[in-house]
Amino acid sequence: MSACGDKELQLHGLLDGELDAVNTLACEAHLRVCPGCGAEFQRLQSLRTALRAPAVRFAASPALRARVAAALEPSRTPDTAAAVLTQRPARSFSIWAASAAVAALAAVCVSLMLVYWSSPGLADELVASHVRSLLATHLIDVEASDRHVVKPWFNGKVDFAPPVIELADAGFPLAGGRLDYIHGRVVAAIVYRRRQHVINLFVWPAGVAGSAGPASLRQDGYSLTCWTQAGLEFCAISDLDRGELQQFRASFAQRARP
Amino acid sequence: MGRQATHGTATAHAGEFKRLVLPHLDAAYNLARFLSRDPVAADDIVQEAFLRAFRAFDSYRGGDSKSWLLAIVRNCSFSWAKASRVGVGGSAPDPDELADPLQETPESSLVRGSEIEQLRAMIEKLPDPFRETLILRELEELSYKQIAEITGAPVGTVMSRLARARQMLSDKLEPRR
Repeated sequence: MSACGDKELQLHGLLDGELDAVNTLACEAHLRVCPGCGAEFQRLQSLRTALRAPAVRFAASPALRARVAAALEPSRTPDTAAAVLTQRPARSFSIWAASAAVAALAAVCVSLMLVYWSSPGLADELVASHVRSLLATHLIDVEASDRHVVKPWFNGKVDFAPPVIELADAGFPLAGGRLDYIHGRVVAAIVYRRRQHVINLFVWPAGVAGSAGPASLRQDGYSLTCWTQAGLEFCAISDLDRGELQQFRASFAQRARP
Repeated sequence: MGRQATHGTATAHAGEFKRLVLPHLDAAYNLARFLSRDPVAADDIVQEAFLRAFRAFDSYRGGDSKSWLLAIVRNCSFSWAKASRVGVGGSAPDPDELADPLQETPESSLVRGSEIEQLRAMIEKLPDPFRETLILRELEELSYKQIAEITGAPVGTVMSRLARARQMLSDKLEPRR
């Protein structure tokens, strides 16, 4: 039992209130006599009910709301609003970085130009740690491409559970994990590879070792990108170009979603 | 209108923007989130979209502010997708995957909790044009005409995309006998 082929689009039009009066009447009359179309129309209605459950729709986080609202205080002009939106909570923020960020934002709508580090030196420390991991033979403590090996290895070594995700199908095979030391605390480092390149993904609980905020930058030829997700801070570092590192971040963040 | 060249111009400008455009923040986020399928990117896309909208507010000539903003969000989402997709993987889902977006793997059964999550996952698996049309109609409750304006597609195309999107979703929800 299915809808009449020539009526199908009309059923959608009726559901959406997009038919004119004449067609609405004709379509409703047809529904009364055609069980196939009637059943199809009911299916469409129950789909709508499911989709319009309020929880389906995503809402902006309070942090995002506050940031956008702050940028639109009555005294703002588009330029000062840009400064607010690009610098985020304004602290230790160099003029150079501000103008670079604003210029870059104006150029293209790439999302991730929000350059700020609330903990000065964190970026340096991450880069140093990345370099050290490559120089010393201390890239990996537990070598495995299986997350069921890497994830439990962290148990008892760090006081949080870093998500270990396999991304081989996205072109970033898991290489292993190790412990590292950033800003005075032990953090998890999850190691991925991309061709001959190494990606160190540092993970620690949000708010303890300083927050990098959602930011990305290039430093000493290394790309860095940081974000917060599910109460953890993530910083990915590699000598890959920014585009590929963003791709890594997007794949990881999507699958790490709770 | 009401934005005469007085020294209060900037203030009026920001105030009016706040009154007309800011209420659509959730709509902007919802669209960005479903288009990018990435919570972190969605934040960045929305910020960029508001910035662009604020800068372009002078050229806004009245009319439907929600459609106006969402068109900007859509552009920003596509710029983001272009910038973040360098070859491998990318956002275009494998058509085979569409056949069963909820194939059971240990990960997926852990990840998807509630029915809402399942529904969101199914929507995210829809190919771009169908996904955006469905979001704009069912979640943002825009008219065919508004959707046509935002996506730049003719109203007829909007209708057929919507019908197809609903078909794909309801086949997953309750397979036809």
